[in-house]
Amino acid sequence: MAESLYFEYPVDGENFASAGQASTRVKRNLRELGLDSETIRRVSIAMYEGEINMVIHARGGVAKIEVTDSQIIIILEDKGPGIANIEQAMQEGFSTAPDDVRSLGFGAGMGLPNMKRYTDYMNIDSVVGEGTTITMKVNY
Amino acid sequence: MTVKDILATGNFTAISLPDEGREINGVYIGDLLSWVMGRAQADNAWITIMSNINIVAVASLADVACIILAEGVTVDETIKTTAEAKDVNIISTSMPAYEAAMELAKMTV
Ligand SMILES: Nc1ncnc2c1ncn2[C@@H]1O[C@H](COP(=O)(O)OP(=O)(O)OP(=O)(O)O)[C@@H](O)[C@H]1O
Ligand SMILES: [Mg+2]
Repeated sequence: MAESLYFEYPVDGENFASAGQASTRVKRNLRELGLDSETIRRVSIAMYEGEINMVIHARGGVAKIEVTDSQIIIILEDKGPGIANIEQAMQEGFSTAPDDVRSLGFGAGMGLPNMKRYTDYMNIDSVVGEGTTITMKVNY
Repeated sequence: MTVKDILATGNFTAISLPDEGREINGVYIGDLLSWVMGRAQADNAWITIMSNINIVAVASLADVACIILAEGVTVDETIKTTAEAKDVNIISTSMPAYEAAMELAKMTV
């Protein structure tokens, strides 16, 4: 594809039952573009973890996706509480998820590590009290 | 082995079956969703006792072949219709996760 494609989706911070909608739409778009299933899977998993984090930890936000001819760039922006200690948050098993979301199966503290594992590049930009922006890139 | 083959054993019940011919290449057992996202492989059968709506998105995005609800766990109608719309197979069994996995292991040989 000659030119980059852009998608933008709001992530609803209130509705837990529909969490994952933005990721599901992106998956569908990438399929329509004819990307290989392994690339689609990596993007889907990384983006879902980020989207769920915005719902659980940051009251929602916005997801921006850019598809170029060689990579998919995912930018997740929220105006939540921010992450005070990013190194700690990145550790497997670290979680501040409340009990009610743990009972749904979240809160293993594996989301951010998964995002790192399934992408070729990941950066967390966070200011306590202002919000978090996570940028991920998947090469294909 | 396909999802249809598993049903043919008679020990599993269909809940949502939009893609019954889907091939299964292995099994992942787990209830913590980020573990499933991180460790299950594409085309695995995912055995769990989690039954809230979020399992449908996880199964779809992690691209597993089907969800197998163990221990006789049931889901409500919303989950069934969402799974059908999102092309996610869900079957259930009264067996515990270990026994369900054994049943699938027998079929792969
Ligand atoms: N967008 C965010 N805003 C604020 N804090 C966040 C955000 N994303 C992650 N965090 C913090 O980082 C911690 C670790 O995140 P991670 O996704 O790894 O685990 P989790 O969401 O708690 O559980 P899991 O993802 O396994 O269900 C969270 O518990 C939370 O404290
Ligand atoms: Mg998380």
